Amino acid sequence: MNDPVAAKRPAGSGDPGAARGVAAAPTAPEAPIPPTPEAPVATKTPHVRPGDRIFRGLATGSGVFIVALIGAIGLFLIIQAIPSLGLNNVNFLTSREWNTTDPANLRFGILDLLLVTIVISVVALLIAMPIALGIALFLTQYAPRNLARPFAYVIDLLAAVPSIVFGLWGLFVLGPVLFPFSEWLIENLGWIPIFAKGNVNVQLGGTIFTAGIVVAVMILPIITAVTREVFERTPTMHIEGAIALGATKWEVVRTTVLPFGKAGYVSASMLGLGRALGETIAVMIILSTTSAAFGWSLFDGGATFASKIALAAPEFNDPRSAGAYIAAGLVLFVLTFVVNAIARSIVAGHKEYE
Amino acid sequence: MAKRLDIKDLNLFYGKFHAVENVSLAVPPKNVTAFIGPSGCGKSTVLRSLNRMHEVAPGARVEGKVLLDGEDIYASTVDPVEVRRTIGMVFQRPNPFPTMSIRDNVVAGLKLAGMKNKRELDEVAERSLRGANLWNEVKDRLDRPGGGLSGGQQQRLCIARAIAVQPDVLLMDEPCSALDPISTLAIEDLITELKKEYTIVIVTHNMQQAARVSDQTAFFNLLGVGQPGQLIEVDDTEKIFSNPGQKATEDYISGRFG
Repeated sequence: MNDPVAAKRPAGSGDPGAARGVAAAPTAPEAPIPPTPEAPVATKTPHVRPGDRIFRGLATGSGVFIVALIGAIGLFLIIQAIPSLGLNNVNFLTSREWNTTDPANLRFGILDLLLVTIVISVVALLIAMPIALGIALFLTQYAPRNLARPFAYVIDLLAAVPSIVFGLWGLFVLGPVLFPFSEWLIENLGWIPIFAKGNVNVQLGGTIFTAGIVVAVMILPIITAVTREVFERTPTMHIEGAIALGATKWEVVRTTVLPFGKAGYVSASMLGLGRALGETIAVMIILSTTSAAFGWSLFDGGATFASKIALAAPEFNDPRSAGAYIAAGLVLFVLTFVVNAIARSIVAGHKEYE
Repeated sequence: MAKRLDIKDLNLFYGKFHAVENVSLAVPPKNVTAFIGPSGCGKSTVLRSLNRMHEVAPGARVEGKVLLDGEDIYASTVDPVEVRRTIGMVFQRPNPFPTMSIRDNVVAGLKLAGMKNKRELDEVAERSLRGANLWNEVKDRLDRPGGGLSGGQQQRLCIARAIAVQPDVLLMDEPCSALDPISTLAIEDLITELKKEYTIVIVTHNMQQAARVSDQTAFFNLLGVGQPGQLIEVDDTEKIFSNPGQKATEDYISGRFG
């Protein structure tokens, strides 16, 4: 019973004059008799130091600010989108049509944008996830220490390459390089819908396939960096426990590092997915636009939410047309939110590890 | 089963730091040998060199021989992974695998060794848990995670995990230092039981514990900071605690330092 009282006293209140930090510790031992001396002071509010108050205000303010900011962005999107949605002559969610040139006859639906965005992101994720896992395991478990650090820097550096550079690289280097491979896939595996001949010229390389690979490279650093950090924190005592049982390197990884880092790896991947969904410039440069509908092939062209909006940005002269794009942006905003919420719930579901 | 260990002219290094110097010591089978000594004297390091855990640390190096029934575990043809499968270890802090169930924790070593038969594994799990005096407490919740047990139970789970593979030698690195007195007593009783079947080496900071559980005691000391740790003397526990041969041992045991 003594302990909680003693612990509470220096922090809670007490003689405002004496409580200048130094006095707190020496008074603690006499805790059992607090009621009498404290009674007269109880009418005054506990003394709070100005530094505490300022710091608390700043921290709370920052927290409130970010929530308000997100709310304001959402609100802006909704307010701007609603009038155009009202004027829309086709179903916003299920139509593949996108025609906003005549503000008096708006016809816009996001189905194709949504599908292309998701397919590019999923392709990117499927490529980046295993590679990132491999790199993170290599850096934390296999690489000699003096190599691991510079190697990690190089990976981080990849994140610093501007996305326009990735776009140019994808368009001028990767696209042509991929052409023979793409052609081979279309010819030999074309009966599988995702490898079917697409709706754009595959020779130019402006396909979902190319864009997916480029976005994979772009999200690789973030996934790798976060995963590496998590793997590094695997408790030594569990690693040693596995080694002492006669586990080989891979068995140590499988029994301790992977179970420990799983949640972190998944949320790192979701962070990457969030980036992939919103990637704009690189995708805009690479992806060939087309008026044909998305046909579930990797060799289709098209547009994602972000690239569609960016391409049309110079023509936002009529608020009704612009509203259509803002509505698309709203969907992207919600989509990223959902992805992050899923990531959070996955991480929360793995809390049982200690 | 229950082999003897002979340590010959063992020198241990962490990079350039000479951690332990010239240790020679015989550990008889079915016997408990306790390592005692002040912090930093290298007793845990010596223990970790007995199942080749020492070399896991970056830059760690071993010179000398450790013979398991006459076979040098540091011979170039020996795979350290195999050594660790025959020389079990229990650590200072209980470290069951948190994502595994109690049963899976116990049989983890066997699964690593390739045993797949579920009935056999269940049998071993029960035998090992009984051997670790834990069966009655956990038999109804073998599928629950091992992390849900109390500290003392977790440590006995780790002992069950270590004996499940029927090791030749069982090493214990201060197995009770994170436990309360009642759990400590349970582990000490268990050690006395296990001695009938296993060769045991235990590092302890608790001299009463060494006196209670061990047959043979080795006292380690270091002459100064930065100097390598040394084995001062090794003898029957009774003799070490009643009539040690060295002044340093007597000083340490009577509480004059350390």
